[in-house]
Amino acid sequence: MAIAKREFKSYVNSPIPYILVTAYIATAGYMFFQQLFIVRQADMRHFFDNMPLLFCLIVPFVTMRLVAEERREGTLELLLTMPVTDWQLVFGKFLAALGLMSLLLVLTLAFPITVAALGPLDKGTTVAGYIGAILMSGAFVAIGIMASSFTRNQIVAALVAFFIGFGLFLIGALIGVLPPSLAPVASALSIGSHFQNISRGVIDSRDFLYYVSIIFVCLLVAQTTLDSRRWR
Amino acid sequence: MTDKVMIHVERLTKVYGHGRPAVDAISFDVRAGEVLGFLGPNGAGKTTTMKILTSFLAPTAGRAQVAGHDVYDDSVEVRRRIGYLPEDTPLYKDMTVLEYLEFICDVRDVDKEHRRGRLRRVVEQCGIGDKLGKLIGELSKGFRQRVGLAQAIVHEPEVLILDEPTSGLDPNQIAEIREVIKAIGQEKTVIFSTHILGEVQATCSRVIIISDGKLVADGTPDDLARKSTGAASILVEIGGKRGNDTDPLGLLRQIDGIEEVKAINSTGWSLSDRPRAAQFRVVAKSGVDPRGDIARVIATANDMDLLQLTPEKASLEDVFRKLTTTQGA
Ligand SMILES: Nc1ncnc2c1ncn2[C@@H]1O[C@H](COP(=O)(O)OP(=O)(O)OP(=O)(O)O)[C@@H](O)[C@H]1O
Ligand SMILES: [Mg+2]
Repeated sequence: MAIAKREFKSYVNSPIPYILVTAYIATAGYMFFQQLFIVRQADMRHFFDNMPLLFCLIVPFVTMRLVAEERREGTLELLLTMPVTDWQLVFGKFLAALGLMSLLLVLTLAFPITVAALGPLDKGTTVAGYIGAILMSGAFVAIGIMASSFTRNQIVAALVAFFIGFGLFLIGALIGVLPPSLAPVASALSIGSHFQNISRGVIDSRDFLYYVSIIFVCLLVAQTTLDSRRWR
Repeated sequence: MTDKVMIHVERLTKVYGHGRPAVDAISFDVRAGEVLGFLGPNGAGKTTTMKILTSFLAPTAGRAQVAGHDVYDDSVEVRRRIGYLPEDTPLYKDMTVLEYLEFICDVRDVDKEHRRGRLRRVVEQCGIGDKLGKLIGELSKGFRQRVGLAQAIVHEPEVLILDEPTSGLDPNQIAEIREVIKAIGQEKTVIFSTHILGEVQATCSRVIIISDGKLVADGTPDDLARKSTGAASILVEIGGKRGNDTDPLGLLRQIDGIEEVKAINSTGWSLSDRPRAAQFRVVAKSGVDPRGDIARVIATANDMDLLQLTPEKASLEDVFRKLTTTQGA
């Protein structure tokens, strides 16, 4: 927990999250208000539809330094000689990054509030959408931490995280062009289609399980990577 | 002081990749209340040994225990009991000194009750009182080193492992850090590596020298110095009056029990006509103390005075050089 706290504080003190949050809100806001003024349609659909791709782009910047920088600076060595387990370390960092993403999501509540002010807001799907957004952030964050644990170079970490995340996103985007026999497989793997399911308001345990297992597997790989220094 | 073995190292070996072993079957024990100096040339394997003791790395073979817990099988227990300052003092540059020390207290589970007192104590011990609000990234190397030391002792560990704790410090700071190490060494076990031999003589109750991954010496600083040279050398200083042309070097060489005589600064002996003084280093044949003979010969010689006759202890530096250059060449 101390690790999550420290990591979160260090987000607050560094410029990167502010840039990312601003960039995200600006992009999402632009799309949202474009809908509102041009199409004269005030709903959350669009906002949630754009989310997987946008998160796939920003989360790698949130997570890239988490392990890589500690490795490069040598602080990882010091941290790993304290009475914290590798799992606590990885999970602490996960919580910090997820905390930042949640904060970002809280800021986007401005959009549903706008919608509600202008007309009827489908509360059910909005709440479901936010639950899905948290789960999906968790998956991207876990992928990012795994990537960050592989290297001491933050840029490499960000790129690896992006490619894995984008790969999982792309599988979903390809569903239309794949032969019908492969489509179910693709949608099962796609990080976006599970999110769509949830944000439509149908919370299925399979979608939930999908994100939780991505989170778990990626964090486990990250933990194993840390531990590999002690293999004999 | 107790006799409890706090660090037990048994045929410890570490091989990186497929190369030669960085640490090669070294064994030693350190007891509570000992301050152990860990010496060796660059690349000897000091840092590697320490990384294994802190359970950051696993040994390839052999084993090590800290406070009775195996560093590999029981690593969390080991880590609870140690304080560690790695070689290049890695710290979080974006935290202030106080934030950092509080973070360490959190990670190390220093309870709230003791925290203030402990923090106050290490801040005072390490002399970082007026830097608490500063970002670590803005501190000078010496102060970072002190913060690193503070971090290592704030939870009052039973065993303190310091990798070159005084590198990059000015002489005053070195002296202060030594005092801190000594004070801690009163009750706790300290093991620290260094290249500065004087440091070992000033702080350690025991020295281990490793070279090329192998343990080459283990003992008190004095022990090692005595053991190394075998035959003792003697510093002889002789004064002469103006106009005296007899060269004392010749006289000394005639003495029976003497193996070798070297002039140290006698160039002026026959050239100058000021009152003369010359120094010689005399190495005796083993088992012989030629001091009486030297005194007699000089006293009976014409116009010569014996100004000084001092047995010299081999310095730790000699020991170090002797032990670490024969190996691996
Ligand atoms: N991560 C590593 N991978 C491969 N070899 C390493 C690694 N770390 C150290 N070595 C090798 O192990 C040997 C011992 O290194 P170590 O750092 O323990 O020496 P040291 O005694 O601490 O030296 P110094 O006085 O320079 O700090 C060296 O030959 C070094 O090249
Ligand atoms: Mg070293």
